[in-house]
Amino acid sequence: MSALVATELSCTKRDRVLFESLSVTLKPGHWLHVRGPNGAGKTSLLRILAGLSQPDSGQVQWNNHSLDNRYAAALVYHSHKPGLSSSINALDNLKFWCAQHNITVSDDTIFDILAHLALVGMEDVPVRLLSAGQQRRVALARLWLKPASVWILDEPFTALDTFGIKIIEARCQWFVKQGGAIIMTSHQPLNGASETIRFLDMEFKL
Amino acid sequence: MSRLYQGVFKRDMTLAFHQKGELFQPVIFLLIVVCLFPLGVGPGPEMLQRISPGVIWIAAILSGLLGMERLFKDDFLDGTLEQLTLSGLPLYAIALSKVATHWLVSFLPIIFLSPLLGMFLNMNLAMYQALIITLLLGTPLLSLVGAIATALTVGLHRASLLVSLLLLPVFIPLLIFATSAVESAAMQLPYSPQLAIIAAMTCLALASAPFAISYALKVSQH
Repeated sequence: MSALVATELSCTKRDRVLFESLSVTLKPGHWLHVRGPNGAGKTSLLRILAGLSQPDSGQVQWNNHSLDNRYAAALVYHSHKPGLSSSINALDNLKFWCAQHNITVSDDTIFDILAHLALVGMEDVPVRLLSAGQQRRVALARLWLKPASVWILDEPFTALDTFGIKIIEARCQWFVKQGGAIIMTSHQPLNGASETIRFLDMEFKL
Repeated sequence: MSRLYQGVFKRDMTLAFHQKGELFQPVIFLLIVVCLFPLGVGPGPEMLQRISPGVIWIAAILSGLLGMERLFKDDFLDGTLEQLTLSGLPLYAIALSKVATHWLVSFLPIIFLSPLLGMFLNMNLAMYQALIITLLLGTPLLSLVGAIATALTVGLHRASLLVSLLLLPVFIPLLIFATSAVESAAMQLPYSPQLAIIAAMTCLALASAPFAISYALKVSQH
């Protein structure tokens, strides 16, 4: 039973308490939508859950172990920053990412995924020449590349058009159905299959 | 190992060769400094020979510092560093690979260029040999220690001045021993003690710096 369990988390930034004794459990098939105003601590929470930063108190466990390499192998983390080098093209960016994450993938697979994301002809263009939405699509191609069991998505829909949002939502629904777990933030309501989505509302505290 | 090579080392090399202007910056800088010195202090062959080790070493240190800030900055800003941290690869290995790339890109061309520079500054063969050996032993130290300071300041804006200030105390001993080795060579004296000290500093840095860099990166990303 693979589960991501966070207990009694608290996080303080610049003397402001973002959240206190927050507990989150993410099991296979869960789709958790974190909502809240800007500055409520959504990104800080996701970074803690990804293992990028440490909570001030509390702990995060994956399968009853602290976050280690096994968690890294099961996680796709999508942050505000796309994680693409602007001077090399989409194909190379994704190939290097796959090599880092120990994923064996052929060029054809990447071409197919980029085509599915409506990026035909953009594979060999330096990423800095792509539009913001296209860059976001290239970054989100990772959802197709890595066989993971947890997705942590921080504002995946920023700059995407309605078609792009639809593709990503469909992929998320497929993933949850396969037994994956998603925790994501988004300022826009998710369409469709809302019965599977649970919400975590965060407040802006002074 | 092949993961590290395919995913990190090859990527950094590809990036370095995509940014041609920055690739040649250290070499051009070094060439300009060394060419300007005879114009500034006078072209007397004896004077040039006396100042040559100091000039080349100072120019090498400064040109290395020029490219230092970019070591982690771009990756930090575009989010690649986050993805690398979560890749499951050990962070110290990633750090070591990045340092190796920095050395290959910034310092190896300088070492290849040094015969020409030595000729400009009227070095003799013994001095030139000592210069090459000190550069080979000493420049990895610059990359390794420089990477610690860069990793610590990667989250700060316009940190290059801070990096220079942090690194100066570390680079002064290296400069002293390296120039002293070349001067000893000029006077036909043995210079192995200076080389041993430089090698010891580099070995110490090689053993400890990757861990310090990975810790600094974690702190910076917190």
